[in-house]
Amino acid sequence: MSKPLKQIHLAAHFPGVNNTTVWSDPAAGSHIEFSSFAHFARTAERAKFDFLFLAEGLRLREQGGKIYDLDVVGRPDTFTVLAALAAVTEHLGLTGTINSTFNEPYEVARQFASLDHLSGGRSAWNVVTSWDAFTGENFRRGGFLPQEERYSRAKEFLATANELFDSWRGDEILADQATGTFLRDAKAGSFTHTGRHFDIHGQFNVPRSPQGRPVIFQAGDSDEGREFAASSADAIFSRYATLEGGRAFYRDVKNRLATYGRGHDQLKILPAASFVLGDTDAEAEELAKEVRRQQVSGATAIKHLEFVWNRDLSAYDPDGPLPDIDPDPGEHHIARGRAQVRMYHDPLATAREWRELAAANNWSIRDLVIETGNRQTFIGSPATVAKTINDFVQADASDGFILVPHITPGGLDVFADKVVPLLQERGVFRTEYQGPTLRDHLGLAHPDDARGERVAS
Amino acid sequence: MSSAPSSPLHLAVALDGTGWHPASWREPVARPRDLFTAGYWADLVVEAERGLLDFVTFEDGLGLQSSHFGDLDGRTDQVRGRLDAVLTASRVAPLTRHIGLVPTVVATHTEPFHISKAIATLDYVSTGRAGLRVRITPRAHEAAHFGRRTFPPFSLAQLRSPAGQELITGLFDEAADYVEVVRRLWDSWEDDAEIRDAATGRFIDRDKLHYIDFEGAYFSVKGPSITPRPPQGQPLVSALAHDTLPYRLVARQADIGYVTPHDAGQARAIVAEIRAEQEAAGRAAEPLHIFGDLVIFLDDDPAAAASRRARLDDLAGEPYLGDARVFTGSPVQLADLLQELQSAGLTGFRLRPAVHGHDLPAITSGLVPELQRRGAFRRAYEADTLRGLLGLARPANRYAATTAATTATATATATA
Repeated sequence: MSKPLKQIHLAAHFPGVNNTTVWSDPAAGSHIEFSSFAHFARTAERAKFDFLFLAEGLRLREQGGKIYDLDVVGRPDTFTVLAALAAVTEHLGLTGTINSTFNEPYEVARQFASLDHLSGGRSAWNVVTSWDAFTGENFRRGGFLPQEERYSRAKEFLATANELFDSWRGDEILADQATGTFLRDAKAGSFTHTGRHFDIHGQFNVPRSPQGRPVIFQAGDSDEGREFAASSADAIFSRYATLEGGRAFYRDVKNRLATYGRGHDQLKILPAASFVLGDTDAEAEELAKEVRRQQVSGATAIKHLEFVWNRDLSAYDPDGPLPDIDPDPGEHHIARGRAQVRMYHDPLATAREWRELAAANNWSIRDLVIETGNRQTFIGSPATVAKTINDFVQADASDGFILVPHITPGGLDVFADKVVPLLQERGVFRTEYQGPTLRDHLGLAHPDDARGERVAS
Repeated sequence: MSSAPSSPLHLAVALDGTGWHPASWREPVARPRDLFTAGYWADLVVEAERGLLDFVTFEDGLGLQSSHFGDLDGRTDQVRGRLDAVLTASRVAPLTRHIGLVPTVVATHTEPFHISKAIATLDYVSTGRAGLRVRITPRAHEAAHFGRRTFPPFSLAQLRSPAGQELITGLFDEAADYVEVVRRLWDSWEDDAEIRDAATGRFIDRDKLHYIDFEGAYFSVKGPSITPRPPQGQPLVSALAHDTLPYRLVARQADIGYVTPHDAGQARAIVAEIRAEQEAAGRAAEPLHIFGDLVIFLDDDPAAAASRRARLDDLAGEPYLGDARVFTGSPVQLADLLQELQSAGLTGFRLRPAVHGHDLPAITSGLVPELQRRGAFRRAYEADTLRGLLGLARPANRYAATTAATTATATATATA
């Protein structure tokens, strides 16, 4: 007997401040107004998506000493938007990216526990870290964290937040009007944490929320990041959206779970993915090509080349050949506030490889940037895209995808209308939500079930 | 009843748990089991909006509630635990259309950068109805929740000692810097910074984004904000004040101060002190509302209000004596008191319902119609923003040199 079909998990990433987002399209709306977020969230919920996802950046990006102005700039506060979205949706999970470096556990734990109460159990936290003094200039703490300590702080931050979430069991509030006992236990919420990064104690002031803890996401890709995810996360926001790359990552991370006594299904792997749909595959390919030209203007191509070269390349023609000069290996980077520059561990090697690619294919700078970094994950007719997504998931390249459209806020509509019904016909995607909480959508156990002490409310 | 129309006053309601009386949760209308649900808060704010109130405030704190000032009391017979006020306000925003939403934020252990963008976002989510109420905390046990600073334990009386006053002075100085940073960040984008110029490929005109470069004794913040200037330009800043230090914070930094006079004479003296501080700070020309805070037991029959109060005091085991005057009586009597205090210089009131489930509907269905009959309260919402409801113009952006002159004129007109 063949193994049963896996159910696909789908999420919608509100288009952000990268060049993926085509703000110049006539259909592109506001990235700030709540109406855009409400539209996007309602589409995702209409399509029975698992959750909506918000990224975060705590300092506006700069390049060459100036605020970067070619992409969307600016975004609202993550928690505040998610709380408001809880009012215009009923089932959709609400995932926020919140930094563990420029926050304190007590405050973040109260915000997530509050969001979980206010949404009836739909909150999730994508735990990210940073260390840069550049972002730190906006905060009391400054850029105090050595790079090698960011995971150690993130781990301890999450562990401390979990201690706060767990400091209420869930049965403390009696609110017995007749006897006058509000709280069963005067010590509810008590915690003491003594560690390298946090030394705090007292009583947490938000009672246990419907999900116990928010669903935890992790996005790091290093060995340390994968280990962190295997030990502590419920889901990974990964960047391996190709079949082979996805399968290798999936195997690697799922194999790490046993060490922590965790089951194969208790960590979902959800790569980021983009898509372009057309009536036919050929039409979609044409459209995708056009979108890539919009995403990578000549000016954008030069700026992206600077990520690797770490030099001012403004004198170069984006329609001309790659620079002959080598990247500047200096520590101080021309692009600030951008995680992707760290992907180029060996800029000299990348530059060499890119020059060879460009020469072999007769590519200009702009062609090269488009071809190396900006091909959409899924391109085709709705039938092709539905089949591809399902093939990926059934082949264990992922458990689903976090989709980011290139148009705000309407870019998800066509996916909801055309692709989701095909996945539902295949029997691999829900037609109705099965429960009220995000844990229900993702098939994750309630933390109390794991401990065998869930209190009926 | 006077036949001449009175000057309109402003009304806000302060929401905290099931109400301000510590035994309020034991009333049948209190819904204590719903306290941690969105529906509970939405119902309260919708009720306040039905009464055309200017705004609601949401209490908050970085520790459990306590009947003691300086430490936890270990009591189990009162409401304990609360949801984050900014998130609660935001959860309610899409369900309402006119009423202002003013959550409490604690300046002492939090990041002004985060709060600035959170309130800016609340302003976007509510399309121009956001404000904040800033407070400090000298509590040792709340400092221990953050572990970055250690405060010695103080009772309310000990806070009046020189050491206590030194701590409090520092915390208010820090709060003043905090509000300054929050406000600068709101202005760090000019209104027309987003240009979406397809021809040049520029999404923003970066010359219209500004580093705030704040450097103070407690923190430094670079900016600009990650969130564009909110719809109101500057959301409302408010603070509760009982003494000279907070009066000064109100006079220098706020749009609204909440004060706690127990009679018209005290109201007159507090208003004079704040107005003098305002003048000393060079803000005499700027509009600054001074609201009186009152805890209210409101019933058509004054005897019913008095017996409710007695019953709750009895349940609590002690009479309720807060910082603010406790009013017990009918809508007519309350309207008389509000107008008397108004004549002493207050521009509005923040009413603290003793029991939300009883006294909030008594405000909207009893007090409001009474004030309307006297010509002292609006009969319909006259503006779309909280600034508009309070008669405050949209302020000029401090970083936008070219537009400053025109908006300054508008502000002067509005205050005239």
